[in-house]
Amino acid sequence: MSTPLILLILAIVAIVCYVVGTRHALAIAGGVSSKLHSRPGYYGTFVAICAVLPAAIVLAVWLVASPFYINSAVLGGFPEDVKAKSQAEQGLAFGMVSSLARGMDVLTLEEIDSVGADPVALRNALGAKGLPLAGDPEPYMVESAGDLNAMNKISNRVMTAVVLIVALIGAGLSYTRISHRFRARNRVERVILGALVVASSIAIITTIGIVMSMLTEAGHFFGRVPAWEFFFGTVWDPRFAAAGAAASEGQFGLIPLLLGTLYIGFVAMLVAVPVGLFSAIYMAEYASPKVRSVTKPLLEVLAGIPTIVYGFFALTTVGPFLRDISSKINGIATGDFANFIQAQSVLTAGFVMGIMLIPYVSSLSDDIITAVPRALRDGSLGLGATKSETIKKVVMPAALPGVVGALLMTASRAIGETMIVVLAAGVAARMQLNPFEPMTTVTVKIVSQLTGDLEFTSPQTLVAFALGITLFVITLCLNIYALFIVRKYREQYE
Amino acid sequence: MNMLSEAAVEKALDKKMNEVAYKMIGKDVSVYYGEKRALFDVNLNVRENTVTALIGPSGCGKSTFLRTLNRMNDTIEGCRVTGKITLDTDDIYDKEIDVVELRARVGMVFQKPNPFPKSIYENIAYGPRIHGLARNKADMDAIVEASLQRAGLWAEVKDRLHEGGTGLSGGQQQRLCIARAVAVSPEVILMDEPCSALDPIATAKVEELIHELRANYTIVIVTHSMQQAARVSQRTAMFHLGQLVEENDTDKMFTNPDDQRTQDYIMGRFG
Repeated sequence: MSTPLILLILAIVAIVCYVVGTRHALAIAGGVSSKLHSRPGYYGTFVAICAVLPAAIVLAVWLVASPFYINSAVLGGFPEDVKAKSQAEQGLAFGMVSSLARGMDVLTLEEIDSVGADPVALRNALGAKGLPLAGDPEPYMVESAGDLNAMNKISNRVMTAVVLIVALIGAGLSYTRISHRFRARNRVERVILGALVVASSIAIITTIGIVMSMLTEAGHFFGRVPAWEFFFGTVWDPRFAAAGAAASEGQFGLIPLLLGTLYIGFVAMLVAVPVGLFSAIYMAEYASPKVRSVTKPLLEVLAGIPTIVYGFFALTTVGPFLRDISSKINGIATGDFANFIQAQSVLTAGFVMGIMLIPYVSSLSDDIITAVPRALRDGSLGLGATKSETIKKVVMPAALPGVVGALLMTASRAIGETMIVVLAAGVAARMQLNPFEPMTTVTVKIVSQLTGDLEFTSPQTLVAFALGITLFVITLCLNIYALFIVRKYREQYE
Repeated sequence: MNMLSEAAVEKALDKKMNEVAYKMIGKDVSVYYGEKRALFDVNLNVRENTVTALIGPSGCGKSTFLRTLNRMNDTIEGCRVTGKITLDTDDIYDKEIDVVELRARVGMVFQKPNPFPKSIYENIAYGPRIHGLARNKADMDAIVEASLQRAGLWAEVKDRLHEGGTGLSGGQQQRLCIARAVAVSPEVILMDEPCSALDPIATAKVEELIHELRANYTIVIVTHSMQQAARVSQRTAMFHLGQLVEENDTDKMFTNPDDQRTQDYIMGRFG
């Protein structure tokens, strides 16, 4: 039986168990559900869980474990001369065996008979069915493939039987436990709690996994390039040199990239902070509920636009516009129509990124400003302060720690942003302070180091992981600090 | 202060009461929240240097009336006030009147102590600073000290003026808020259930303070506690379902009210 079919059967078993369990519980109580410890549905759910959960676990373990066992059994059955070969060649042979096995499933009995023991004919027959083989199978492979199929078939049958038996035993045992005082609710809720814990740990474990993999790769990188050359190097020149050439070392200085990242982020914040903050103040303090109900969602739509779209906007509109206007200004001022702003520049990238960040700043700050207790506003207004005095001297100071936290979170977004800078900032890793010239960021370099056909062992590629982990640490620190500030601020009012 | 002079003050105040000088006059005051009418043609006068208590069951409109007196209702969306309220001779809902100036003359203390998250000193200095009452640091220091003295808080906080106002106890915070209101030298102080969030000891202190403030200010206080109204006020007004039921001398109100509903409320038959 195929796995989806088993799952379907388990689902049906669950539904049946639920209905039967619920009915049985009600019957025990004589139809008066208040005589039971838990609501009848909990008894049904309990039976369903007892039937399905252990069966599903057995199924999962079996599906993971049986290929290991079967594969090693098949490999063990290979002739001695094949076993003597290298690991890779054995792997290739096994690959051939498993495609053969898959193919022999497709062929009818007559076809197998007609082909007989001739490997070449077998290959052709399989090719005709749309299952090409890499080479002519050797006779022992055909034999192994037969074994493999037979073992798989047995394994599948046993698995089906075991899973269904486990489900039935679970259902039966739990069914007999239903009684007046049986605490079904507590048990069901414990299972649900377990499910919630598993769900939340998946996210955490994945994060840890990502960090670990980055750390390992970055470790490989630092094995080849000294850490201080990476962290304090001022030249970025990874050099995609020919393999084996002496000068393929390259220089992996982080500083120019980090400077570019911070500079572009700074320009972006210069745009986003005033605009976002003012719009937050307007929405939180001045806008009528009607206006607010329209503008707030509208502003938040901006946050939903994919950043690549902002990248287009920068590339096709903002960049050329800045370039053209700079050449006009230059022309009016000096008579020379050379543009002093490049189409791809710190300014372009920073400006567009700033626009992208406005909704984050305004939405987060708006929440924080509205959270300032009304009593404080009343207190200030009651003393004869005007609305703007109240905002400047009472509301904003009270909201300041939270707003700073929000800004730090926004900054960490700016640092991690990729698509806009890829399109708008250029790829030149330079150390300079002119905002009209192109610069590049850590994220852009990660993208460019990892695109193309590259071997995953050269420092040119591995450096991407070192860059990634650096970026991760920076944004993590910013976020933790922001959370710390926000939490401290919350304590004041609760 | 010795007993004699205190008695003399009482006597002088009582004499003043008999002359009936009205500080604020409310005529046909009605308040609407959107479509809902919360106050029905209330005619209530507030006497000078008197504590007027507003009592009545929850939702009867007493707080609403209080808030019309310094136009705090303006800050509530969809709130509309009709009728006429005068402070001395000025119509406070007149277009010529600046609400900021009005609130400087009619201060307010709220139900929950709401000190700003600033230092004690800054809490007091806030009002005088926005109204430009102090010319220099020495002036401001004097105002802060005088206000805290008036609120009976000076002795407790004089050594920690620059610590946060939110670090004080509930009762101290409320007296800080009263000091803050006093600092802008208002003529009238409105108090909206100022003791409802305080324990009995802190309540006693605030009541004592109200009693002392009466010499210099006109006070209107909303309270849920009949005992408190009897203890601190000279005049009491009873509200019910948005209407003014009765307004009378506190003594009379609690012994022999004119209106049956007042009698019932005071006896605890409803509310």
